[in-house]
Amino acid sequence: MELKGSSNLSKLATSDDHGENSLYFEGWKAYDNDPFHPTRNRKGVIQMGLSENQLSLELIEDWIKKNPQASICTPEGVHAFKDIANFQDYHGLPRFRNAVAKLMGKVRGGRASFDPERIVMAGGATGASELLMFCLADRGDGFLVPSPCYPAFDRDLRWRTGVQLVHVECKSSNNFQLTKQSLENAYENARKANINVKGLIIANPSNPLGTTMDKATFKMLVNFINDKKIHLVCDEIYSATVFRGPKLVSVSEIIEEMDRCDRDLIHIVYSLSKDMGLPGFRVGIVYSYNDKVVSCARKMSSFGLISSQTQHFLACMLSDEEFVEEYLTESAVKLANQHDLFTRGLEEVGIKCLESNAGLYVWMDLRPLLKEATFEGEMDLWRVIISDVKLNVSPGSSFHCHEPGWFRVCFANMDIKTMRIALARIRKFVVRENDQVQQVKKQKKTSNLGHLTLSFSSQMYDETWVVSSPRMLSPQSPLLRAKT
Amino acid sequence: MVAESEQYLSAGLSKVAVSETHGEDSPYFAGWKAYDENPYDELRNSDGVIQMGLAENQVSFDLVEKYLEKHSANIGKEASSFRENALFQDYHGLKSFRKAMASFMEQIRGGRAKFDPDKIVITAGATAANELLTFILADPGDALLIPTPYYPGFDRDLRWRTGVNIIPIHCKSTNNFEITQESLESAYNEAETKNIKVRGVLITNPSNPLGATITRPVLEGILEFVTRKNIHLVSDEIYSGSAFSCDEFVSISEILEARKYQEYSQRVHIIYSLSKDLGLPGFRVGTIYSYNDHVVKTARRMSSFSLISSQTQHLLASMLSDRQFTETYIKTNRERLRKRQQMIVSRLENSGIKCLKGNAGLFCWMDLSPLLEECTKEQELDLWKLILHEVKLNISPGSSCHCSEPGWFRVCFANMSEPTLEVALKRIHVFMSSRKLNS
Repeated sequence: MELKGSSNLSKLATSDDHGENSLYFEGWKAYDNDPFHPTRNRKGVIQMGLSENQLSLELIEDWIKKNPQASICTPEGVHAFKDIANFQDYHGLPRFRNAVAKLMGKVRGGRASFDPERIVMAGGATGASELLMFCLADRGDGFLVPSPCYPAFDRDLRWRTGVQLVHVECKSSNNFQLTKQSLENAYENARKANINVKGLIIANPSNPLGTTMDKATFKMLVNFINDKKIHLVCDEIYSATVFRGPKLVSVSEIIEEMDRCDRDLIHIVYSLSKDMGLPGFRVGIVYSYNDKVVSCARKMSSFGLISSQTQHFLACMLSDEEFVEEYLTESAVKLANQHDLFTRGLEEVGIKCLESNAGLYVWMDLRPLLKEATFEGEMDLWRVIISDVKLNVSPGSSFHCHEPGWFRVCFANMDIKTMRIALARIRKFVVRENDQVQQVKKQKKTSNLGHLTLSFSSQMYDETWVVSSPRMLSPQSPLLRAKT
Repeated sequence: MVAESEQYLSAGLSKVAVSETHGEDSPYFAGWKAYDENPYDELRNSDGVIQMGLAENQVSFDLVEKYLEKHSANIGKEASSFRENALFQDYHGLKSFRKAMASFMEQIRGGRAKFDPDKIVITAGATAANELLTFILADPGDALLIPTPYYPGFDRDLRWRTGVNIIPIHCKSTNNFEITQESLESAYNEAETKNIKVRGVLITNPSNPLGATITRPVLEGILEFVTRKNIHLVSDEIYSGSAFSCDEFVSISEILEARKYQEYSQRVHIIYSLSKDLGLPGFRVGTIYSYNDHVVKTARRMSSFSLISSQTQHLLASMLSDRQFTETYIKTNRERLRKRQQMIVSRLENSGIKCLKGNAGLFCWMDLSPLLEECTKEQELDLWKLILHEVKLNISPGSSCHCSEPGWFRVCFANMSEPTLEVALKRIHVFMSSRKLNS
């Protein structure tokens, strides 16, 4: 009777490509073990590693109360139950597709319009991105991904598809903007490694940066993919989280302005998990300008259709144009306020964030706090933040950032009281770190021991911040090991 | 030819995308198209095509509707828990939902097997569950053995994106399409000759398209076989609640329980769904139940690509934990299906058509081979087209189910009202009478 443990399972099942051993998830575990609660556990870990939009859910709750007919479980809506429960057509409910197309147009301020016939359902953005990989690339092919990028791309784009990811390194020196050189470098790296690049996937607005691409950069990108004849997948799941100018420039707008763009190369991933705060409903959308891709994707959507109950509910809600306008406006205002509150609080203790106009998080620059400008230094700092400061933030290395010291911190999944507590903890931590640095400085002055070595990064900053002291190198972090 | 090479020249699509393994060019789907173009309607289109190719269960809907009408005030009053529900994306699935599913599955098996809610993995329909399990149990190029005739959708669900092969276990009408040790061995050997690694056997019990349950001895035999070969056994039990009597359906879970699990269970995995038994295909509710912890863990992670809407989990958790509702539903549904099947089988017999003796499912397996001059696949398809265009019935030809003997057809009876079924049966009677006259 052989079958032991995982010995008789596929390579897929026994590999680590599910990605859950990443540090991105370690922080979640720390939170799960000791979750903050305003009354029951005020000393617990505050979850700032989960990119969720919880700020405007009561708007939806109010709408539901006023519109019981949108649910097939209410007396007002149950008459629709039979037809809805029976509806499994992978084209999706026409009203649902129409409503999503309209929403996407509204989110882009009417600067683009969407054809409901090109809307294909998927199991959340997770399912949508994977589906597109299956359609566009063979096992072993490559997709370029600008980094820093969403950690779960490693699983979503690669695990079952066998596609390889080649990162396009973006640098802090130009605010992590995509450049032609970085694209060419990445493409060349892929070529040298014998990887056949089939496309590029980019999140716009960016996760984790919280920035939107400017027109010039976008046009450069579209020209690049056209020249190389590779696909462009635009993950626009944060499109309605733009809370301040500049306005989002969607790929749907750009292609209208570019004659020589081959539209068969252009595909969009959308979802309601971030914009509307409904991750539980698993609403993923694939939108392609390529007819063959739409056709193939639709057939593949059988593996991740959206529950007809949910399609029906959303068709009702999203067809209420007045509500949608109100929601989009209020949500942006709430996000702006929460963002500003958080970034101001950080500024007060001298912590800078990348300037951003979108997203549910900020890209925080903690390079000045690193004892060493290395990924080990970043890991050490991260562990301290989790265990001492008790905040789950996400280390930049888990986003494949090539410079240590950056952290993504989510702000839209908590109320203001909790945020103030988080800021207070950060303040305390920074003050303590500064004190320690001052102590070290004093010590070194009086004891005349060796010389102060400055890390290269701290040379860029005000020296009152932090000074690196010589210390023992910790054992190589598993993340670094994996990278080399 | 130029078009094809152009496809690969510049930013073409993947091989998966351009292959035909999605299976939609099969007659199984062509018939649907004919129906879509000219659908029967009692009042508005009494000459239209009657859809008998869709295995859906609409006979017990009123029970679900009544339940909702009675409880909608409570379920609907959800605004307070809306936030929690809307944010719930945990791939473990709602505990209350898993408990309710486990309990429902136990009731269907008359309590003869127990299910642990923590071994339940949620997926968007059985379609997703079958594909997911295949990704876990087999590598690209490997094979699953499947008894014929089988559900046409397996060709896509198990093979398309996974790259896994299906090798048929040929079953014959001479012994009522029972799965024999010889046929199992023969399929396994076929794989070996082709240098293909077999990773498991997949059975559907009750069977689609046969409309019959697999007997206990045969199940025992299959379990012995997979144990000997050290491969997996996947039991697709999505029609378990559609067996006409509780006692006639034996689940693999009962066999394992009788053997006290031991080493056998690690290789057994069960697929379930609410699309057939509860008639809720739109809700995309599928589950994988595995006795193998590693499979459960991996399947759970993989389910991220196809989770069940938390809204739907919540609704079903309420419904399925109401024992009064579930017990009445299961019993009544079985009885109604049995009556329907009896109606269609006896009427077909009156018209001179024999069906395989069935005791489950939403369809019967009809033998029209006497109508074929030559027992060939081509003639079967000709007959199918004739029935589609002249008799105006969409039924499913056995060849689309990979049946090795031409002439068999699957006819669904639960996806329409009784009056509509009457009309269909009358048309068949007229058709058969005219053939008798002409021959």
